[in-house]
Amino acid sequence: MTDLLAARSQMAMSLGFHILFAVVGIGMPALMVIAEYRYQKHGDPLLKELAKRWAKGTAILFAVGAVSGTVLSFELGLLWPTFMEHAGGIIGMPFSLEGLAFFTEAIFLGIYLYAWDRISPRAHLAAGIVVAISGAMSGAFVVTANAWMNAPTGFDVIDGVISNVNPIAAMLNPASFTQVLHMTLAAYAATGFATAGIHAIALLRNTPHKAFHRNALHIGLLVGVPASLLQPLSGDLSARHVAEYQPVKFAAMEAHHHTGPMPFVIGGWPDVTTGSNKFAVEIPGAISLVMKGDASASIPGLDAVPPTDRPPVGIVHVAFQIMIACGVIMGAVSMWTLLRIWRRKRGRGKSLPNDRAFLRALACTAPLGFVAIEAGWTVTEVGRQPWIVQGFMRTADAVSPVPGLIVPFIGFTLLYIGLAIAVVWLLYRQILKTGVSNMPRAGLTEELPIPQAT
Amino acid sequence: MSVADTLPPLFTLPHAVAGVMVLSLNAYVLLAGADFGGGVWDLLASGKRQEEQRTAVADAIGPIWEANHVWLILVVVLLFTCFPRAFAHFSTALHIPITLMLVGIVLRGSAFTFRSYDSKADNVQRRWGRVFAIASVVTPVLLGVCLGAVASGNVPMTPPDGTQTFTELYLTPWLTPFTLAVGVLTLALFAHLAAVYLAWESEDRELENDFRARALQAAICVFVAGTATILLARTHAPLVFEGLTSGRTALGMQTVTAIAGLAGVWALWRRHWLTAVIAAAAQGSFLVWGWAWSQFPWLVPPTHTITELSAPRITQQLILAVLGVGTVILLPSFVYLFRVFKRRDVGGTAAQDSAFERLDR
Repeated sequence: MTDLLAARSQMAMSLGFHILFAVVGIGMPALMVIAEYRYQKHGDPLLKELAKRWAKGTAILFAVGAVSGTVLSFELGLLWPTFMEHAGGIIGMPFSLEGLAFFTEAIFLGIYLYAWDRISPRAHLAAGIVVAISGAMSGAFVVTANAWMNAPTGFDVIDGVISNVNPIAAMLNPASFTQVLHMTLAAYAATGFATAGIHAIALLRNTPHKAFHRNALHIGLLVGVPASLLQPLSGDLSARHVAEYQPVKFAAMEAHHHTGPMPFVIGGWPDVTTGSNKFAVEIPGAISLVMKGDASASIPGLDAVPPTDRPPVGIVHVAFQIMIACGVIMGAVSMWTLLRIWRRKRGRGKSLPNDRAFLRALACTAPLGFVAIEAGWTVTEVGRQPWIVQGFMRTADAVSPVPGLIVPFIGFTLLYIGLAIAVVWLLYRQILKTGVSNMPRAGLTEELPIPQAT
Repeated sequence: MSVADTLPPLFTLPHAVAGVMVLSLNAYVLLAGADFGGGVWDLLASGKRQEEQRTAVADAIGPIWEANHVWLILVVVLLFTCFPRAFAHFSTALHIPITLMLVGIVLRGSAFTFRSYDSKADNVQRRWGRVFAIASVVTPVLLGVCLGAVASGNVPMTPPDGTQTFTELYLTPWLTPFTLAVGVLTLALFAHLAAVYLAWESEDRELENDFRARALQAAICVFVAGTATILLARTHAPLVFEGLTSGRTALGMQTVTAIAGLAGVWALWRRHWLTAVIAAAAQGSFLVWGWAWSQFPWLVPPTHTITELSAPRITQQLILAVLGVGTVILLPSFVYLFRVFKRRDVGGTAAQDSAFERLDR
């Protein structure tokens, strides 16, 4: 393994690990705030118990997100010093804004978690709202920095020297809006559906606390369904943007080898030696029609640039298709949800705990949002290769000169595998497996009854 | 020639940003430093009240450690935004200790959280507790080692000539007696800060005594490590030694650090808790500023100054503006956080009684 590949693998692994926790840090606060708001409105102690339990889960995931995020901010320099040397002054500002948003989130999450009995209910809910807003904002700021790597603006290169730096123009680069929108919706869709799915599993297993799980499932869908329904529109915006600014990435996503009318390629494995797709279903001219309104319109293919400037098309295409598939399924389940609500309002259809087909669908959809997020990041990062800053700096020129980068790669991989196991085990044992007291009574929700591990 | 022309250019934009970085590091030392120090006392918990000591540490750290941790992220972000070449250089030359420190940061934070939320069964708690405590000891040492390596001028920004070995490039710059002494000093300081804060916060007289004894022991360690650092600087880091001892400002800072240390010991002895806290915080702060002053105006001693490495002016201006806005939001938030959790008169009448008792004493 070359040092470049080791560095890329370590970055991909760290980012892929961190993003799961970052997404939960954006989505979960919204869920717990809704639960607490409903509790304050209706006074049902189950809702308070739900908010507390979600807050506990958020605390565990937020802590891992905070430390793995710290690792990433250092890794920018540990792995890509040449990139940071040139990009730091241009794109550092959104990172500092993210730092402030994250600071706010950490402060108010501390208050939210530990001050249930120390401050007024209204102040407590307000603290939760601040956590939710600052969480979403810190995610948005970081994504603008990534968007800059795809659509670098806010500087000039004169005789090989960077000048006329404009950090605001860099932050508000052309890719920022579409990427931030797509990622934020993805965070809510993934968290909402994961939550709904987990509680659907509980209902499928006939756990005795149906009311509790039904409440949780409702709130999960309340967040997940609108986001999943909006996501295809945002995806369309993103695709059009990529087609315009990163035509090579777009060609790789659609496995479009030769410049000409672009078909919609479903599935398949692109073969770069023959310039064709194996085992794929192709709808001729479909993408050209959608993008340009003309099925015969020519769209640049991978052959528009020399082979050294092309990304690994197989990974990009497959990841893109996985993302689309997950999005389509989540959208379909969202439509089903709306249909159910419509039918139930008319007194038809089964009640939620009895609608096993729907619960099963939710259980299967639970991980798809996170799968889509990992696949989407693969598309945007691998699709940009061989560039670290599109058109300006190659990834190979940015890598650290320190030899033996495989050692930290293996080290962090083992560390993160260990953490992942610990987190999953902990969430399972302390959040999911713990029973809820049989009947909600006043004062009951002080502390969840946690069965001792055997 | 006016007076302003003869003074060193202290108040330029890059210096202001560098000042904010030292201030953030100062905050990190006083706040997150104490959280790491708490881990030290978790590891060294002993005697009859072993469990109570650990609980006190966990209660003190729980709500605030994540917010405290962000000060370090702020330092890093400011470094890579406003001094990107320095960031790139440090992360290359100090790749190994920084990576090890990151492992420590990850293990400390996650093990602490896992312990807080995992089963209360003894063996589970002990397992996470041990990881948390060991990571809390190792991380500050590595932080000190990195700062010591930079200050001593061991990581100059000179292009590699191709003849240096891996060891010469990536190991010897930070593995010196001096840098290790700075590491130990950092650890001792963090442990001291934690013990003083814990003694101050303890509502139980016996627990208070435990932490008072620990604070005094740590004060001795700070003194020994501090003296060793200065003595080793004479032979191993002449740049630092010169910076620490030449000029009235530098000597003034060392004197204030020493006085704060002595005042802290006196206050602990006499049980003037608030004085002890202020003295410990002053001692920590003056150590940080004394180090910063000793290497001023170098950012990468002895080859590159703060001015030479600064990012474009517009970036620095925007960052200062962002920090201004951030201060307006964060300062009240921080005050609120600490008021909610560090207020002594909350938690029912028992706590109130002990607070009144304390006033009467």
